[in-house]
Amino acid sequence: MPLIERNGAKIWQRRERGKQLAIWFAWLCGTALFVYCWQVVSQATTWFFVWDAPRIAADIGGRMVPPRWSYIAKIWEPLWDTINIATLGTLLAIVMAVPVAFLAARNTTPSRTLVRPIALLVIVSSRSINSLIWALLLVSIIGPGVLAGTIAIGLRSIGFVAKLLYEAIEEIDPAQVEAITATGARSGQVMAYGIVPQILPAFAGISVFRWDINIRESTVLGLVGAGGIGLQLQASLNVLAWPQVTLILIAILSAVVLSEWVSARVRHAII
Amino acid sequence: MGDAAFDAARWRPPPLIKNPRLRWALGLGAALYLAIAIGALDVNWLRVYEGLDRGLAFFLAFTEPDFSQRWNDIRAGLIESLVMTVTSTVIGIAISVPIGLGAARNIAPLPIYLLCRGIVAVSRSFQEVIIAIFFVAIFGFGPLAGVLTLSFATIGFLSKLLAEDIEDIDRGQAEAVRATGARWLQLMNYGIQPQVMPRLIGLSLYRLDINFRESAVVGLVGAGGIGATLNTAFDRYEFDTAAAILMTIIAIVMAAEYLSGLIRARVQ
Repeated sequence: MPLIERNGAKIWQRRERGKQLAIWFAWLCGTALFVYCWQVVSQATTWFFVWDAPRIAADIGGRMVPPRWSYIAKIWEPLWDTINIATLGTLLAIVMAVPVAFLAARNTTPSRTLVRPIALLVIVSSRSINSLIWALLLVSIIGPGVLAGTIAIGLRSIGFVAKLLYEAIEEIDPAQVEAITATGARSGQVMAYGIVPQILPAFAGISVFRWDINIRESTVLGLVGAGGIGLQLQASLNVLAWPQVTLILIAILSAVVLSEWVSARVRHAII
Repeated sequence: MGDAAFDAARWRPPPLIKNPRLRWALGLGAALYLAIAIGALDVNWLRVYEGLDRGLAFFLAFTEPDFSQRWNDIRAGLIESLVMTVTSTVIGIAISVPIGLGAARNIAPLPIYLLCRGIVAVSRSFQEVIIAIFFVAIFGFGPLAGVLTLSFATIGFLSKLLAEDIEDIDRGQAEAVRATGARWLQLMNYGIQPQVMPRLIGLSLYRLDINFRESAVVGLVGAGGIGATLNTAFDRYEFDTAAAILMTIIAIVMAAEYLSGLIRARVQ
């Protein structure tokens, strides 16, 4: 514990001088970086619009209420599409993520030097790219529609599901696997009776958690033409139909809250 | 007992859902839902078939990405994205910490707790893109709208996790500091901050990473960053440029993850 003697009195300090200086230097660099970045942003900004923002915000807010409740008849189907995109996309992701997870886990991968890095690269690539960008790409490849959205959600979710799943696989109790192996089980049987029962609760939890996130993400896929309620949102925004926008936002909010509730209940029941 | 022993020879693992009725009902329901949902997919197979060539072209583009042709656009977009990432993370953290303190039930009074939890809930409910659309409409096109969007999204993430961490702290340490006669600020500084700091740093680094990824998306609606460049590349079917951009994003995310792993290992 660093003590400083000053006028014969010992004063306690939290850190030694060198460490204190290093921390100050780090703060200085961080602040300088932030100030520089802020200036770049500031130069690219039309400040006139920003000073005008409160008026615009009040204007838009005024136009948004009351919501146009009659529009609700037109959003049931897109809402159903949105839920389908999220659910089918999650299923697609699970089908692809399970093998990737087994290839990426240190204790189940067939080759640590060759296969594991490839599996990890798949995970990182899938996680790095947002579902909207996947959707943008798929819309330009297979055309607009629900299918593009489903595949986009699927591709985006592989990384998430596989990462959490392979961490769960790495944390299993090796004694159980050993016990099954000792009975003379083949590798498939070791998998089925030694590993799978241990990760099944984690797997179910991860899948439901991702489904919940996917409901959230699939609400905006329509902005790039990949189906769901985002299409309606885009259409309403394009014609500046703010009361419809409000209603759609309320619908999205309800779907998100509902899916979060379902996911919490299911995870609570499993764990 | 004899019959039971005979049956036991054919042991089966216990099912995940014990109640057989619930198990069958869930299974049937899932099958029915799948049939309906897949039936409702409504795929234009001709269009998909035509698109396969483009899909192949895109995958081939990854083998020879074109960094040079639109390098100026890519570089400008990337720099803007990185700048937005740093700015929004700093602003987001600065706002998140007080809100996180307010959203922790063990140190905040009830009205402040409810207010802060409300802010967190609103921030978490909507996708960044939706918020970006509104901020672009209000603040005009450009990176400022993106920065504000990402800062706002950061609040929901960081405040929530920080508050949960504060609620989990060791009360003994905070009490000991309070017993010395410390004021509120000193209590925060010496009783609570040291306990949550490693996790706060880890979460901030993770959020930096997320903000970079999201900064690629808010550009799609005009809020600055690499997203606009990417969108243009896709619209023109310039898959080689798009592949270059995507590879750069992946590389930066990987580098950020590696670096934050190093820093987190040092801090914790």
